[in-house]
Amino acid sequence: MADNRPIIVEIRNVFKSYRRGSQVVPVLDDITFDIPEGEFLALMGPSGSGKSTLLNLIAGIDKADSGAIKVGGVDITTLSETDLAAWRATNVGFIFQFYNLMPVLTAFENVELPLLLTGLSRRQRREHAETALAAVNLSDRVDHYPSQLSGGQQQRVAIARAVVTDPTILVADEPTGDLDRRSAEEILDLMERLVHEVGKTIIMVTHDPRAAGKAHIIKHLEKGVLNNHVRSQDPL
Amino acid sequence: MFALKILFKNAFRHKLRTTLTVLGITIAILAFGMLRTVVGAWYAGVEASSATRLITRNAVSLVFFLPIAYKEQIRQVPGVTAVGYSDWFGGVYIDEKNFFPSFATEARTAMEMFPEFLVPDDQKKAFFRERKGAVVGRKTAERFGWKLGDTVTLKGTIFPGNWDFVIRGIYRGAQKSTDETQFFFHWDYLNESLKKTAPNRADRVGWFLVGVKSPDAAADVSVAIDRLFKNSLAETVTETEKAFQLSFISMTEAIVVVIRLVSYIVIVIIMAVMANTMAMTVRERIGEYAVMKTLGFGAWHIGGLIFGESLVIAAIGSAFGIGLTFPAAKAFGDSLSQYFPVFNVARSTIYMDMAAGLAVAVVAALFPVWRAVRIRIADGLRRIG
Repeated sequence: MADNRPIIVEIRNVFKSYRRGSQVVPVLDDITFDIPEGEFLALMGPSGSGKSTLLNLIAGIDKADSGAIKVGGVDITTLSETDLAAWRATNVGFIFQFYNLMPVLTAFENVELPLLLTGLSRRQRREHAETALAAVNLSDRVDHYPSQLSGGQQQRVAIARAVVTDPTILVADEPTGDLDRRSAEEILDLMERLVHEVGKTIIMVTHDPRAAGKAHIIKHLEKGVLNNHVRSQDPL
Repeated sequence: MFALKILFKNAFRHKLRTTLTVLGITIAILAFGMLRTVVGAWYAGVEASSATRLITRNAVSLVFFLPIAYKEQIRQVPGVTAVGYSDWFGGVYIDEKNFFPSFATEARTAMEMFPEFLVPDDQKKAFFRERKGAVVGRKTAERFGWKLGDTVTLKGTIFPGNWDFVIRGIYRGAQKSTDETQFFFHWDYLNESLKKTAPNRADRVGWFLVGVKSPDAAADVSVAIDRLFKNSLAETVTETEKAFQLSFISMTEAIVVVIRLVSYIVIVIIMAVMANTMAMTVRERIGEYAVMKTLGFGAWHIGGLIFGESLVIAAIGSAFGIGLTFPAAKAFGDSLSQYFPVFNVARSTIYMDMAAGLAVAVVAALFPVWRAVRIRIADGLRRIG
């Protein structure tokens, strides 16, 4: 079946290395691939293979040594730190392994947090946050603090926070890594729904084959090299 | 509103640490305010001095007297509006610990020249009529429970013997900075006694009080007076009342400098304590700041949160410190009124307290902000989990 979807992420000849003392450690070696809009892509590979680094580069929270990364037509490798921050605020939704919610804020306030950068009115922010929390079935937990929620519920709040600004892409770094099997299933189902029902593009780093099995495309990294890809199921 | 909520919630996440830091700032600001008030009390006489009053004293030292005969010559100097005279009596009431400033003075002129001492007219008249009459400040009267008509006996330290006085007036200060502890009586009463007991000390005064038309005339009048008595047996030095008061303070300048220094050291110490608190706070939350950066919050937002939190803690501590300064100063002033007759917390002290609190907040947050703003997001996120 021909794929006519527009390309949302374009990665071209990306190199990345870290300096450890006087030693230069290559992490990513000439990475090139595209991600179409509405794709659910899993990045897999052993520890130290560079998958989280690649995710960070796509999300604009780290800089490549060379190469180009275009997200939604914007070459983010050319943006300054300040511009990148503004770009992330509107174009990227993050889902972390350890949820990374602000412990002093309620579920509602955590979801409202990214909206503070959007210039929306207080009422509009409230509407958006309530909608996002309803989408993850947490309307009855809006006033709960993270410490009052289970791991799965916290991750659902994190997903609500990630989608509340309606970003171009969602990046997830081991989103089920800290969850029990049942909660992990719920989170993966939720992510699947975001792709299928809302058309979101998700790039997920995972070690878990079950989680990767939910993705449409699985890409493997080994010592910084993208060595194969497996389509697990058709998108949409 | 949202930012304020985060600031306050963050500030009290580690309640014990924040409480101890607030307590430290409270004590530091209280100590700073008290020390500044002590310095202010030291200069109270200077602050209360008038620019149109001059003091003429013996050029050798204040302990040497001047002939009373100088009075008429001084009065002839152009620009002089009034001339009075006084002696430091240095009496004590019952015991030496009951110290207060006591002066033998030329009453009528003194009353005119010191309008800041408010004495009711009937009391003033009674004082003028009574040879042994005395006017005493409200604080001293309250301290010893003296009332109008009471006879009090002071023991002379410079002029030996027991001296009886009848309280004919109790003055109040026109301003908060007016000393309400002084004791005045008629110079004639002292002089008449001296004529009998120590004639060689009679007809001499400690200093002349010289009134001038305007502050601009002070310099010319001073020069003219001192020129009058040049090459005499008792040469004079004439200076403004302010300079006269400052000459006393200069004798204890080293103490004032040390007090000032200690007040600043207190602030520097609390800056270090507060900086430690903020450094610990930021180190613990570096992952959260990385998450906020990930969400798109910039250096200004992160810096603002840390500065804001530092400001909240410092503001609470400073508010408590300033609030406690007033009762502490009152208690201190009451218990040491014989040494510090005027012990008021000046408005400038409150401003300095606020500035010190702000400085503590800003300085304490500088390094943590720099650290939080500079950390790479990926490094910050690695700290979580």
